[in-house]
Amino acid sequence: MSQAGEKLRIAVIGAGPGGYPAAFHAADLGMDVTLIDPEPNPGGVCLYRGCIPSKALLHAAGVIRESERAAELGIRFPPPEVDLEGLRGWKDKTVRQLTGGLGMLRDRRKVDYVQGWARFLDAHALEVTGPGGDEVRVEFDYAIVATGSRPATVPALDLDSPRVMDSTEALALNDVPTSLLVVGGGYIGLELGTVYAALGTSVTVVEMTSGLLPGVDRDLVDVLQRRLEGDLDRILLDTKVVDIAESGAGLRVELSPQSDESGGEYEKVLVSVGRRPNSENLGLESTDAEVSDQGFILTDSQRRTGEPSIFAIGDVAGEPMLAHKATGEARVAVDAIAGHPSAFDPSAVPAVVFTDPEIAWCGLTETEADKANVRVEVATYPWVASGRAATLSRRDGLTKLIVQPRTERILGMGIVGPGAGELIAEGVLAVEMGARVKDLELTIHPHPTLSESLMESAGVFFGVSPHYIARRRG
Amino acid sequence: MTTDIKLPELGENIEEADVLSVLVSEGDQVFKDDPIIEIETEKATIEVPSFLEGTVSRVAVSAGDTVEVGQVILTLDASEDGEPQASTREEESRPAEPAGRGVTTAEPPPEVTAPASSPPIAPPPHIPASEEGALPVFASPSTRTFAREIGVDVRQVRGSGPGGRISDEDVKLHSRTLAFAGPTAETVRPLPDFSEFGPIERIPMSRVRRTIAEHVGQAASTIPHVTLFESADVTEVEEMRSRNKSKSEAAGGKLTITAIVIKVVAGALEAFPMVNASLDAKRREIVLKRYFHVGVAADTDRGLVVPVIRDVDRKNIIDISVELTKLAAKARSGKLSLGELQGGNIAVTNLGGLGTGHFTPIINAPDVAILGVGRAELRPVYGESGLEPRLIAPLSLSFDHRVIDGADGARFLHWIVDALGKPQPLAFEG
Ligand SMILES: Cc1cc2nc3c(=O)[nH]c(=O)nc-3n(C[C@H](O)[C@H](O)[C@H](O)COP(=O)(O)OP(=O)(O)OC[C@H]3O[C@@H](n4cnc5c(N)ncnc54)[C@H](O)[C@@H]3O)c2cc1C
Repeated sequence: MSQAGEKLRIAVIGAGPGGYPAAFHAADLGMDVTLIDPEPNPGGVCLYRGCIPSKALLHAAGVIRESERAAELGIRFPPPEVDLEGLRGWKDKTVRQLTGGLGMLRDRRKVDYVQGWARFLDAHALEVTGPGGDEVRVEFDYAIVATGSRPATVPALDLDSPRVMDSTEALALNDVPTSLLVVGGGYIGLELGTVYAALGTSVTVVEMTSGLLPGVDRDLVDVLQRRLEGDLDRILLDTKVVDIAESGAGLRVELSPQSDESGGEYEKVLVSVGRRPNSENLGLESTDAEVSDQGFILTDSQRRTGEPSIFAIGDVAGEPMLAHKATGEARVAVDAIAGHPSAFDPSAVPAVVFTDPEIAWCGLTETEADKANVRVEVATYPWVASGRAATLSRRDGLTKLIVQPRTERILGMGIVGPGAGELIAEGVLAVEMGARVKDLELTIHPHPTLSESLMESAGVFFGVSPHYIARRRG
Repeated sequence: MTTDIKLPELGENIEEADVLSVLVSEGDQVFKDDPIIEIETEKATIEVPSFLEGTVSRVAVSAGDTVEVGQVILTLDASEDGEPQASTREEESRPAEPAGRGVTTAEPPPEVTAPASSPPIAPPPHIPASEEGALPVFASPSTRTFAREIGVDVRQVRGSGPGGRISDEDVKLHSRTLAFAGPTAETVRPLPDFSEFGPIERIPMSRVRRTIAEHVGQAASTIPHVTLFESADVTEVEEMRSRNKSKSEAAGGKLTITAIVIKVVAGALEAFPMVNASLDAKRREIVLKRYFHVGVAADTDRGLVVPVIRDVDRKNIIDISVELTKLAAKARSGKLSLGELQGGNIAVTNLGGLGTGHFTPIINAPDVAILGVGRAELRPVYGESGLEPRLIAPLSLSFDHRVIDGADGARFLHWIVDALGKPQPLAFEG
């Protein structure tokens, strides 16, 4: 332990959206910080092979789709010509700019950066193996584990072939295959499937459960699915991949249940069946930190593990595996180390699926309320009644509020439609502040914008939405 | 003209009281300062006088009710000359509190007469625990953080905002209640079922008992107590007491060792200002008191009370003994006024009458020290001419280590031991 008056020594393992904000915050609080990651600059999965490159490519896909839809508005473009190298270069440059920027911020804060893989030796020391195999010992008063997660796989898909991709390889954008089977209808599969579909690939999505985006409210998913049915080749629900085998110029995929339209040959397969926390090979056995059956490091509300000197945040510390959750936890853990009575206790963690249309939600969902037997009232405002949606020629969205009946407090919000990801931020604030439906209804929103749909959904709750005639439910 | 008589302000921190008996009934004529009800507060039993003259037109409380400060006790048809006082006293007393929280009134007041009080407000709905656990707490992130910082479990806080939203103010209120409520249900270990081991009986804690429990519980758990044991040679003090006994009796008192100790303690407080103090932990300040009031623990059948003798430095021992005798009688009959129970700087507790030797008294917060006196006994002591029988009294001083260090506590206690050993300068008169 450091002596009184000396700076606290903090080691942060992993420089993703959990690790780098933790390191920066600790440095800002005057701690002596070492940040460890195999990449030359901070960024983690999110910046190098997650949020950022996927959103860059989704933006490009959106431009293509917009140009196609422009015909509705009386503007006709010739079919777009995709310069794959140019697109890849732009995406990579975006990642480089952001990670390079983080590198500068790291240096300015005088965070000691050790490139390499870390392992715990005990509760106060790490060994870091550098890219050249060199080993460094790092001692710490407190360590924050932010090692993130990696794509999961299942035995049936375990084929060592360049045609079988995970999300990282799909984002690399080496080529545009003529056909692609996306295994797993979660958000990563749908986002990347959407990208390839816009680029011209014929995309099939196969999902084991009865619906896309398991866990998300069905009324929101329905709106997306209607559009995806046009943009994608096929969506196969309640279907499992039984076997994949190399066959000539492609992959032969066996599905169950087998049907005429399912199965067959695909040039490439994208496996997006979830992510696994990186809690192995960390030397956690040499500490008192514990790991759950799913591989998550167990923590308390301050993100402290069973080993008092070790904290864990981000994907490795549990669901939801989202960048902003990791960043929120980073602050809590560092504040706890600094001796503040912090706790990770959000009322609403937002989630966004960046498909077209986007789906976003926060707080309690209708599905969760049903499962937990919490009585709620739901007020839904369909975007057909929105002037802004009409001017965008996108009337397929909807905005819904999940309300506690007795207090009329907003417990959750769900949105599907273009820009839902931006709109949900207001919902997060409403839930966190304990806003009541009346508060939202009486807040003036700018016209004409999609944000009015939030105010209007509050009006629906009271049966007085000016642009939509609805009877109050319940 | 009718006027409501409300429960007046009773002093710091007292918000409600139990009605022991109603001393008037409808149609009675009452005069100013006539007692109208007898109440038991956390600190004492008090008769509440009427501040007006008039005829009782309605009695709004009955024995057994809990009344809040500002709540209407009865309505008087006031006679003319009573009114001027009425208006002045009215301003002093607090406006009527909404009769909502945990207050049992005999019946809702049928009509509110001058001055109008605010209508009762229904308590905010309380979310059933099962559902509450599933939902996020109804408070903003900054309020949640504030609650954590002051150590309040925000889930236990009752929100007073729209729909039951919890504000910073609600959190503060909750923390204040906690500070006086002692351990909460969660922190108390469950009790075994004693009836498994034998027959039992359960009796409710009286208000005084509850108050003592909370007060000493709070003091014992928050004040780092240090207790020092010493013995004082009170042979000469005892001789002086015998010599002066009759003077005290002539004045209606009974001269006891306690009266003498009180005088000595006041002298010690003058010599050691840090003991004549209170700790303001919130402001990180020590409040030094420039007056010398000494509390005396009195054993009554309702429980412990600590009446206070004011300005001991300006009183002689005979005066003190007479005052002490009067206070003790009042304490036993439960007739001490609140004023007589407030404002002490240190307490003296004498268990000598019960044969006790040394013990570890608990400080009567916000004091920083308490002196325990045990039974004086004749002991053989080596003097200049060999073994001598001396009367030795065990003294136990507990002090708050946050304010007083061990050596200073020892010096303070020595001062008292020395003063009791050489009592010549003690003033019995003048
Ligand atoms: C395709 C894709 C799209 C996504 N889109 C979004 C999105 O739009 N929004 C969103 O919120 N989230 C998104 N995510 C999820 C998001 O990327 C993660 O939730 C987030 O990156 C988790 O952050 P983290 O800090 O926990 O870990 P990571 O970002 O996973 O970073 C962990 C870092 O630790 C390093 N590391 C691992 N082990 C060690 C070790 N032993 N020693 C040293 N370093 C180690 C890793 O190499 C990595 O750099 C997406 C993920 C993917 C794959």
